[in-house]
Amino acid sequence: MAGLATVFGSGAMTNSMPEIENNDLLFVIGSNTTETHPIIGLKMKKAFRKGAKLIVADPRKIDLVRFADLWLRQRPGTDVALLNSIMHVILREGLEDTEFINTWTDDFESFRGSLAEFTPETGERITGVPKEKIIQAALLYGNAERPGIYYTMGITQHTHGTENVYAIANLALMTGNLGKESTGVNPLRGQNNVQGATDMGCTPNMYPGYQRVDVPAVKEKFEREWNVRLSEKVGLTATEMLQAITNGSLKAMYIMGENPVLSDPDMGHTIKALKELDLLVVQDIFMTETAELADVVLPAASFAEKDGTFTNTERRVQRVRRAVNSPGEAKRDSAIIAELSRLFGYDMTYHSDEAVFREIGRLWPATAGISYRRIRKIGVQWPCPTPDHPGTQYLFKGGFPRGKGRFTAVSYRPSAEVPDNEYPYILSTGRQLFQYHTGTMTRKTSAIETVAPGPYVEMNDEDAQGLAVEDGQKVRVSSRRGSIEVSAHVSEKTLRGMVFIPFHFKEAAANVLTNPATDPVCSIPEFKVCAVKIESL
Amino acid sequence: MIKLMIDGKTLSVPDGTTVLDAARRFHINIPTLCHHPKLTPFGGCRLCLVEIKGIPRPVTSCTTPAAEGMEVTTTSPNLESLRKTVLELILSDHPNDCMICERAGDCTLQELAYFYGIRKNRFSGERRTYSKRDGNPFIERDMEKCILCGRCVKVCDEVEGVAAIDFAYRGFKSKICPPYEKDLNCEFCGQCVAVCPTGALTGKAWKQRGRQKDVREVDTTCAYCGCGCSLTLHVQGNEVIRVTSREDTLNEGWLCVKGRFGYNFINSPERLKKPLIRKDGKLEEASWETALDYVAGRLKDVRDKYGPNAIAGLSSARCTNEENYLFQKFIRGVIGTNNVDHCARY
Repeated sequence: MAGLATVFGSGAMTNSMPEIENNDLLFVIGSNTTETHPIIGLKMKKAFRKGAKLIVADPRKIDLVRFADLWLRQRPGTDVALLNSIMHVILREGLEDTEFINTWTDDFESFRGSLAEFTPETGERITGVPKEKIIQAALLYGNAERPGIYYTMGITQHTHGTENVYAIANLALMTGNLGKESTGVNPLRGQNNVQGATDMGCTPNMYPGYQRVDVPAVKEKFEREWNVRLSEKVGLTATEMLQAITNGSLKAMYIMGENPVLSDPDMGHTIKALKELDLLVVQDIFMTETAELADVVLPAASFAEKDGTFTNTERRVQRVRRAVNSPGEAKRDSAIIAELSRLFGYDMTYHSDEAVFREIGRLWPATAGISYRRIRKIGVQWPCPTPDHPGTQYLFKGGFPRGKGRFTAVSYRPSAEVPDNEYPYILSTGRQLFQYHTGTMTRKTSAIETVAPGPYVEMNDEDAQGLAVEDGQKVRVSSRRGSIEVSAHVSEKTLRGMVFIPFHFKEAAANVLTNPATDPVCSIPEFKVCAVKIESL
Repeated sequence: MIKLMIDGKTLSVPDGTTVLDAARRFHINIPTLCHHPKLTPFGGCRLCLVEIKGIPRPVTSCTTPAAEGMEVTTTSPNLESLRKTVLELILSDHPNDCMICERAGDCTLQELAYFYGIRKNRFSGERRTYSKRDGNPFIERDMEKCILCGRCVKVCDEVEGVAAIDFAYRGFKSKICPPYEKDLNCEFCGQCVAVCPTGALTGKAWKQRGRQKDVREVDTTCAYCGCGCSLTLHVQGNEVIRVTSREDTLNEGWLCVKGRFGYNFINSPERLKKPLIRKDGKLEEASWETALDYVAGRLKDVRDKYGPNAIAGLSSARCTNEENYLFQKFIRGVIGTNNVDHCARY
């Protein structure tokens, strides 16, 4: 998100789900959409049936490839080179939108120079994608009237994730595909309320509504509304928190509804760090792997037991409603926080969930026009500053929040850990259709466990042959950080030299292997590339 | 726009509208079983027959485009008798199972039998019998209740793009099945269950959990991925027994396997029910008062000894906006540090 915020002054999906079906070209890069966002996948299939062209860029032969006009099978971690060489061809063919560039963007000339070295030949050498396909992609995207770009963690979970995002933004900017219906740059958010958690300021540098904690006027506004003194020191990101424990400066953690033991890279290190804390409080609905390490575990309510709102990937604020009572003594997270706050002598009681929502609207005008009544049937997309504002279907109509969109020249740089003789394979981690995240919810659903019962490693059939590994056989996958034993799924789905492991399964957690190296700007770990070796068992 | 007359009313509709859609647009009811507004017309069930002036025989309104000056009759003794006959024929090969059927009270066939007052049937004879039950854990397929409307085939192909099932055999032996009549092995999105007009397709987890009576419906938003699909939770007592989605929402009523069938965790016996505090290395049950006093006390100790920046909070992309807002307000305003994050960056 940091990448998009830098370029446009706002970090979210620029366009909307209903607009997808009217794209005449979809460029899906680093997103296994039909498995991770099945309903967005349906909208893409609808566009396809209405005649849209589809470019899929993914090292794995994901389900969407069935529908693709063009499949670019880049080596993991080479997206910048791929995108830059596509842009090189767009310039060479004169397919850029000069009027848009002149009116709405900065720094185009220096950016243009940065693309010179990325000829299709260079692109092919780095990415492994034949140059003809790079050219074809450039022509398809460059000539499309309503092309939409869709990406997820295949783009962001890299040590150069922010640069990948810059490259995508550059592509949309130079072709003028922003601020128009059925175009845009569309990061698909992976969890029900990731968008909302970011909007609500659960980030170390920003208050709710992307307002920086180190800007005095902002701080004063929040101090007035909350009637407290606030710190202007930017806090620690999740990854930095673990490092801070190790170096002794962080002593206590309060974790609400997250399971970093399974979801963070280098599980061995995560567990070791969390054990060093003086106090670990975990609030969750199940005894997660993280809760097992806690000093105090607080039982919380599930989504079916509470009222409130979630904000989906297209900025739509939607209602959540209580359907059942929580089991035993489990309480709503908000009630727990309010009670704890009272013990600190600070009153955080509200007479309703909507009263909290209204307070948010006072501090962040983008939601000021939304009320529970307005979204009782269907949600409203922020920005929505006033009760008579219809909400914002797509962003940047007639300009960017920071004035002009900015080109950011980026160059290709390899991932932090690349294969070598000892660890010759690239490991990517991700999700599959049936399970969700660390499995806290789906693995408690017996039907889902029946069809997706356990961990596996996807291997390329030729690689498997070389190692004399057969489909279904147990193998040991090891990295510099640890090793796990899983059964092999052998097929042509993954690229040669690459393996894929879903991260849902604690019995062979993919994150035992992953590299905690992070993107320097937004601290996202490199889940998509680390080096591993495979041994047949 | 096209002008046509239906049951004596003059209507105008856009080019390409079918006679059925034109009638429904103006709240003129024509019964159907195989038609679904989001799928291509099939013309299979023959219930939507109408008379059109100048055409000698009744035609299916779902497949007939409206034309300028058309004069349509949607109900007449002849049409109603044809419709009743169609229903009797369907029911003559349908188990009389309403008493124990999951879909009783929410079944289009049952509703039509009620409106046409069909109790006795003029037709009798051989019935299709199927004893095979497949082993998939999500979707119950009771093929004796299948009326071969083809909605499931169409939704799987046209909406989901999977085409896991199709018609097989012909005539009396016709059935809908996966290739080679194997067990269903698909994405289990359950779109087919959502569009089935009878009890042929239901959720396995729904069985004997409650039908319509005393079931409350609560509209909410899905808690899995970021699509934000609208869910309707069907609640009996204190249990979610079924999940559906309304058609007039962002996701158009379509869901995925997790949204539609992944709700049993709510009622899992493994849910945390009491606060726990670690004593001598083991987590032991405690009262809320004890647990929160303990948490507050220990947090204050850390803050007094090392300052507020020695404390950090991780919030949740699974929780509501309001909870996330309160969480960061607590960490920032009460604890006094900006050490608050969540795994959005992951």
